[in-house]
Amino acid sequence: MNLLAALVHLGGTGKYISWGVLQISLSNLIIIAVMIIMLVAAIALPFPKHETRRK
Amino acid sequence: MSVTRASDTPRAHRARRFRQDRDVVEWQGAYRRYDLAKEVLVCFLVVVLLTVVCAIVFSSPDEHPVTVKSWSNAAPVDFAQTAMTELDRTSGVATYGPPYTNTPGAGQMLGPISTERFFGVRIPIDTAQDFVLKPLATLPDRPALGAALAEYQGAPAAQRANWDAAYENVVANATFSNGQLVVKGGPYGPVGVLIGNLESMARSGALDGALLESPQLYATNYTNPLLFIADGTYLADQAGLRHLQGDQWGMMNETGNFPGQAWLWLYTLWYQIPPMNSSSNGDVEVWAIMMVLTLLLALVPFIPGLRSIPRWLGIYRLIWRVHYRSLGPDIISQMPPGRQSHRR
Amino acid sequence: MSTSPAETLAAVAEKDTWTGKIREKAVEALPPERLLPDRQPAYVASWSYVFGALSIGAFIVVLLSGAVLAVEGPAWWHKSNVGLFVNSLHMWSTEFFFMFMVVHLWAKFFMAAWRGRRKATWITGVIAFAVSIGAAFTGYLSQQNFDSEWIGTQAKDGINSTGAGAFWNVLNFGQMLMWHIVLLPLVVAMVIGLHVLLVRRRGVVPPFAPTEAQLAKAGLTLTTTAAPTVSPPLLQEPVEPLPTEQPVPQEPVAAPALQEPTAQASTPQEPPPGLPQELLWNLPEDQT
Repeated sequence: MNLLAALVHLGGTGKYISWGVLQISLSNLIIIAVMIIMLVAAIALPFPKHETRRK
Repeated sequence: MSVTRASDTPRAHRARRFRQDRDVVEWQGAYRRYDLAKEVLVCFLVVVLLTVVCAIVFSSPDEHPVTVKSWSNAAPVDFAQTAMTELDRTSGVATYGPPYTNTPGAGQMLGPISTERFFGVRIPIDTAQDFVLKPLATLPDRPALGAALAEYQGAPAAQRANWDAAYENVVANATFSNGQLVVKGGPYGPVGVLIGNLESMARSGALDGALLESPQLYATNYTNPLLFIADGTYLADQAGLRHLQGDQWGMMNETGNFPGQAWLWLYTLWYQIPPMNSSSNGDVEVWAIMMVLTLLLALVPFIPGLRSIPRWLGIYRLIWRVHYRSLGPDIISQMPPGRQSHRR
Repeated sequence: MSTSPAETLAAVAEKDTWTGKIREKAVEALPPERLLPDRQPAYVASWSYVFGALSIGAFIVVLLSGAVLAVEGPAWWHKSNVGLFVNSLHMWSTEFFFMFMVVHLWAKFFMAAWRGRRKATWITGVIAFAVSIGAAFTGYLSQQNFDSEWIGTQAKDGINSTGAGAFWNVLNFGQMLMWHIVLLPLVVAMVIGLHVLLVRRRGVVPPFAPTEAQLAKAGLTLTTTAAPTVSPPLLQEPVEPLPTEQPVPQEPVAAPALQEPTAQASTPQEPPPGLPQELLWNLPEDQT
């Protein structure tokens, strides 16, 4: 195993966030946040216009 | 430009009321240029780029597994205690029930039904034989061990039970020093020799191989050594340090700070809340819940109320805002029946 | 006169063979311009539509990186830095696959994409999701490291509780690996393929019909005095597209019509039953 290959070392002790019965790793939380951001951005960002033609 | 209609074969079914959350008037309006092949290629290249960058920046985890050898060297007393429960058939595996053992009353129930019991024992394991006695028998040139094995296996069941119980008492306070398991004396017959030899066999690495289903060089099934290791507390302790245990939402997690399986959030959530979190049938209850929910998700189109949620939420108005901003009188052709003229 | 082989075949093509009948049904269901369209309805104008293609892109990267791992065998990545890199590609592409697939699921839910005889499309999507979870699970079990050891010894309890553990042993590396690299990728690929063909067959789901408020925002008024009746079967007869900029003729029976607002007084209408009484969404005012 050669985790020296990684530029950002993700081994070692994981970081976790607790709130009552809820517990989530920071990395999973980031993944879920990115997903929500992607969806919001995809809906909000304008889509390139192309000519439309009637049937 | 003509568009081939989606449903071309007339079907003789009775007229039914138009329901907005189920039915739709197919599009009659304008079309726009859309290059699907380019889109798929660009998406593929985007993912390749994202993946390569993450692989270079973060790599992936690969922690060495716990072996019987590493376990017995790191926690020799835990190993000896676990080995004793395998010999006297009181361990987790020995009392598991199907698919491993025919333990009366074992097997999870969902109400009156137990599919676990129904399918029965198809991976039979006798922990005393498979985890202790047979592996010990493979060791050559140990006359004291050979004699102990013969004495133990030749004794009546009641005698063995007495020896087992006596050793259980003393191994609870065992220590380990100078490479030896140290237990108090007691009326446990040959059991001390058996467990002591199993300990040294484990620490040498020989037990890992001897536990395999087919100890003839090639193996792909690691059921026995994995079950033995999981019966101890060492593996669970290591998992707890890495936030992987069940009550730590461990199902979602990965070792270190790597992302895990976030998509298992709902599956593991049920294990955190009553009654599943303390139920002896918790596993089958959670599976039943998840199968029902998955079925519900698949059948959303058929379920009134559930299928109306998108319209109630109204997020579609944002997604299709270009369309709704450019409405013209020709939108009449998109209006549901009852809101448009009939045209024949 | 020389003719091309295709022309000759077309001239003699019959549909009295199984092959001919299959071909006819396939072409009827998915003619080339529907199988590979280069036009989409004008309402397909949102980035939220790309997540399906992103999911497929990620799936292809998963397959390709997995194929490289297969070339060298399951022990390679534990001993080689290049192997570890390829394993990293496989792991991260799997993360992206699930990320994009779930966002695609959310977007399709918000669009109620099952409408208009697209239920099978939705159902195959859910099946693809479920089977993908199984495929990923067998992958995690095939790692031969601490992670797979813990996952296997824990997951066995859940699977054993259903009875499936009698046949599907998560501690059997050989079985799990073969499910992971042979059986499940085939099933996932077939379900995804069917899902995409269904999308092509039915087309992308149209938007919900505009509400009274949306029509008003566009300067259109729906005038109707007739209550909606039981509708005839949908889509049985083609409806001619309306020419633009022409008024909709009024029929003797007071049928509904859409018109620009004029001096003619219109009585306030209640929306026909079944239409939503909904909150207005404050879209920017950019139309007259």
